[in-house]
Amino acid sequence: MTATAAPPQTAAPAEPPVHRASLRKRLIPYWLLLPGIVWLLVFFVLPMVYQASTSVQTGSLEEGFKVTWHFQTYWDAFTEYLPQFLRSLAYAGTATVLCLLLGYPLAYLIAFKAGRWRNLLLVLVIAPFFTSFLIRTLAWKTILADGSPVVGVLDKIGFLDVTSWLGITEGSRVLATPLAVVCGLTYNFLPFMILPLYTSLERIDTRLHEAAGDLYATPATVFRKVTFPLSMPGVVSGTLLTFIPASGDYVNAELLGSTDTRMIGNVIQSQYLRILDYPTAAALSFILMAIVLIMVTVYIRRAGTEDLV
Amino acid sequence: MRWLRRNLVVIAGLGTLAYLILPNVVVTVFSFNNPTGRFNYAWQEFSLDAWKDPCGVADLCGSLSLSLQIALWATIGATVLGTAIAFALVRYRFRARGAVNSLIFLPMAMPEIVMAASLLALFLNMGIQLGFWTILIAHVMFCLSFVVAAVKARVLSMDPRLEEAARDLYAGPVQTFLRVTLPIAAPGIAAGALLSFALSFDDFIITNFNSGNTVTFPMFVWGSAQRGTPVQINVIGTAMFVIAVLVVLAGQWAGNRRKKAQPK
Repeated sequence: MTATAAPPQTAAPAEPPVHRASLRKRLIPYWLLLPGIVWLLVFFVLPMVYQASTSVQTGSLEEGFKVTWHFQTYWDAFTEYLPQFLRSLAYAGTATVLCLLLGYPLAYLIAFKAGRWRNLLLVLVIAPFFTSFLIRTLAWKTILADGSPVVGVLDKIGFLDVTSWLGITEGSRVLATPLAVVCGLTYNFLPFMILPLYTSLERIDTRLHEAAGDLYATPATVFRKVTFPLSMPGVVSGTLLTFIPASGDYVNAELLGSTDTRMIGNVIQSQYLRILDYPTAAALSFILMAIVLIMVTVYIRRAGTEDLV
Repeated sequence: MRWLRRNLVVIAGLGTLAYLILPNVVVTVFSFNNPTGRFNYAWQEFSLDAWKDPCGVADLCGSLSLSLQIALWATIGATVLGTAIAFALVRYRFRARGAVNSLIFLPMAMPEIVMAASLLALFLNMGIQLGFWTILIAHVMFCLSFVVAAVKARVLSMDPRLEEAARDLYAGPVQTFLRVTLPIAAPGIAAGALLSFALSFDDFIITNFNSGNTVTFPMFVWGSAQRGTPVQINVIGTAMFVIAVLVVLAGQWAGNRRKKAQPK
């Protein structure tokens, strides 16, 4: 600020203090960063290193584990649990698409049509965050139980015939089938889709809609050519916030599914906490991380919003 | 038919909202149930017993208070560390800025289970006893990125000329920060803190891996899913929902009032 009108230095201070002050100023960002970054390095990066070393160990719980650079574990774990990997990606992918299809109308409604109800609707989207998601997932057990009203209606309108034919339900049963797990995943991560969608929709200048209408665009064309492209940042971050956690989830598969719907998260959890086969568990978790990071990178490149990161 | 077409978005949106709220309705209704077996999955008869005695189940309120404590400390830790990082990232140009940005982004771009498992690998290798401290460490770690994101968004939209004006009026750096910078950044910091609290209080996956024998509230709910869920869990779920709605509405009301009080 003083650069433009530097007063003539009458009592020129000694050179070193000035230098030290500017050095201190240059160090400010580093002091601000230090505690948080150290925390992340010690409790986020370092654990990855430890897990990497665990994944190339062999041994047993009784004799102890030693690093033997046994990379075979990766291949064995991958081939043995390939069905669970594929199932996780299929479930998470389906849940993400469903979240987008279900979340978009609600986000659109809140952004453009809610008027004075906007705040209340937003609260109703956010509030479930504060009720334990485990309690809400358990509630799905009641909703989808055999003979419950919801299942009864789905059965009556023939929905369950279609899903049974597709192999995602069994007869008039919904609980303990893939449909139940995908329903739970969709439900659990829906707010993570709605909020980014809402944020990017809300930023759109509604005069653009009017302009498009004045130029004889039908509502469908306005949506396809104006609204949807402008909401792309929300679509991208929403799908990421849904797909990434869903791919590693094991709660829905455990509470709403059966042994036939186990996802890779269930395998990692039981390997780490029940079977105590740490090397296999570590290898599985690294394979999952690699798959997700590759898919996310490719997706962000394709969607063309790299400034998101 | 035309009416249906014109209101398609409203109908679909309200349908989604119903899907979102349905479990909360079920949780509330079943908090008034008097179940006959161990499991509270089928409606039997109306009863207020659980509401009269929400702590009537062994360990339930203990786990609840533990979760609240952990969430409180994790929020304080993550908010302080995260706010400092956010200010450094927005306000200063320095080397390794890109690296810091990606380090902050990574925890959010990774399935939770990967972080949970790797932390467990660290604690096992180091021979650290799992419990309160390992849970707290983990919670501060994963809340940090969300605080940085929330505060960064707010600080980015701040006009730096306000601070320059304060300095021109002879405010010292500390005074400028406390009287000008902090109040403007406060909504972002509050949003980050609120998010941290909710994330920490509700976290199950990372806690499941790093809690040892310590039982937080989500751990208690998880365990009860196998043993039989007491009705009290529904009572607490309902109470949390109501409190959350009231807190958020009160916050918005206060925000609106302040906005109206401020002349443009």
